[in-house]
Amino acid sequence: MIQELSKAFSDPKIWEKIGAQTVEHLYLSLTAVALALLVAVPAGILLSRRPKLAQPVMTVVGLLQTLPSVALLAFMIPFMSIGNKPAIAALFLYALLPILRNTYTGIRSVDPAAKEAGRGMGMTPLQLLFLVELPLSFRVIMSGVRVSTVLIIGWATLAAFVGGGGLGQLIMSGFAMVRGSLILAGGIPVTVMALLTDFLLGRLERAVTPRGLRV
Amino acid sequence: MELLLKTFEYMSNHAPRLLDLTGQHLKLALLGVLYGAILAIPLGYLISRYKKLADPVLWVANALQTVPALAFVGFVMLFLGLTPATGITVIFFYSLMPIIRATYTGITSVDPAMIEAARGMGMTRLQILRMVQVPLSLAVLMVGIRIATVIAIGTAAIMSLAGAGGLGQEIFAGIDRVQDRMILAGALPAAALAVAAELGFSALERLLTPRGLRQTSTVR
Repeated sequence: MIQELSKAFSDPKIWEKIGAQTVEHLYLSLTAVALALLVAVPAGILLSRRPKLAQPVMTVVGLLQTLPSVALLAFMIPFMSIGNKPAIAALFLYALLPILRNTYTGIRSVDPAAKEAGRGMGMTPLQLLFLVELPLSFRVIMSGVRVSTVLIIGWATLAAFVGGGGLGQLIMSGFAMVRGSLILAGGIPVTVMALLTDFLLGRLERAVTPRGLRV
Repeated sequence: MELLLKTFEYMSNHAPRLLDLTGQHLKLALLGVLYGAILAIPLGYLISRYKKLADPVLWVANALQTVPALAFVGFVMLFLGLTPATGITVIFFYSLMPIIRATYTGITSVDPAMIEAARGMGMTRLQILRMVQVPLSLAVLMVGIRIATVIAIGTAAIMSLAGAGGLGQEIFAGIDRVQDRMILAGALPAAALAVAAELGFSALERLLTPRGLRQTSTVR
């Protein structure tokens, strides 16, 4: 094990690969999460205004989430061929649910008294959204973003199998050649990336909590 | 549409093998969750009794959950080799977090008044556990088992890389040979399994919720 470890990281060429693939990996994950944010946050806000619509939409998106990520990625190939596009599309769909659900629950759980107070101060609905509802639900939304991002960083390793790049490539060739050192060279950076993201976004989550809501 | 028809034709032509892979897939997922539950349920109960342990235990389980599946399979494979044991072990580790948390939440969310009432009736601690805490938290526990099972079915799809078989074998073979119908012949059953687990367990949760706790038109 130790031997494999030293073999994995002593070769300078491997570091070049790790660097390049880390950048690709971040690009894949962040693009998917950013697209999901653009769709899921407005959709969550809309759904919070139409609770009747929320139930069926959540059910559909929830079922989408239960699909094995490999299967979801596989479904994209007949339509989008290979490369990073099908990977980003599958990861995007996968990232939707946690953000959508948390935006919806976050906005719905804002204390009605706070909204009432805002309205009493003469806020327009838009002001109410941006000055009261979003700030008060920001922590819950951020927690959805954290869950999504960590999930996506993990599953982005599969992109390698459809030619989408990322750290999965090292792991994949490690499997193909049954070489432990390659698996470690890809696996360790991606694990560190996921743990670090979880930690940092967790800190951010606490930092953006309005002082009045901190326990 | 044409692709779908071709896929179904392919699936019926290769039904025995696909059924075999589906069986392997289920076995990996269910064994992993079963072993996970055997450790996670007592552990969840333990941390609900000794709250100081809750944070560290949940932290470790969460960190395990954060490890990307493909990397996890690779790490475990270095120790256990290309066998189904590798797949089951990874799924075992992934099952811990949802089940520990659900057990913990279930037990701690039992109304203290109920436990007080049970104690007042002269129940022993074991009786309280068996007749009050377990029935009242069973539905919450099932949520954890459902989440663990759905995740397990999802991760089982990459275990073919570690020589553990499962429907991933068909999917990856299809990707290698650029055969869309092969990809779909593996992906469709895998997706169906996950959706069936989700819906089946949701129904079971409703069934296991004691009548008094079910959400009816709340009378106040």
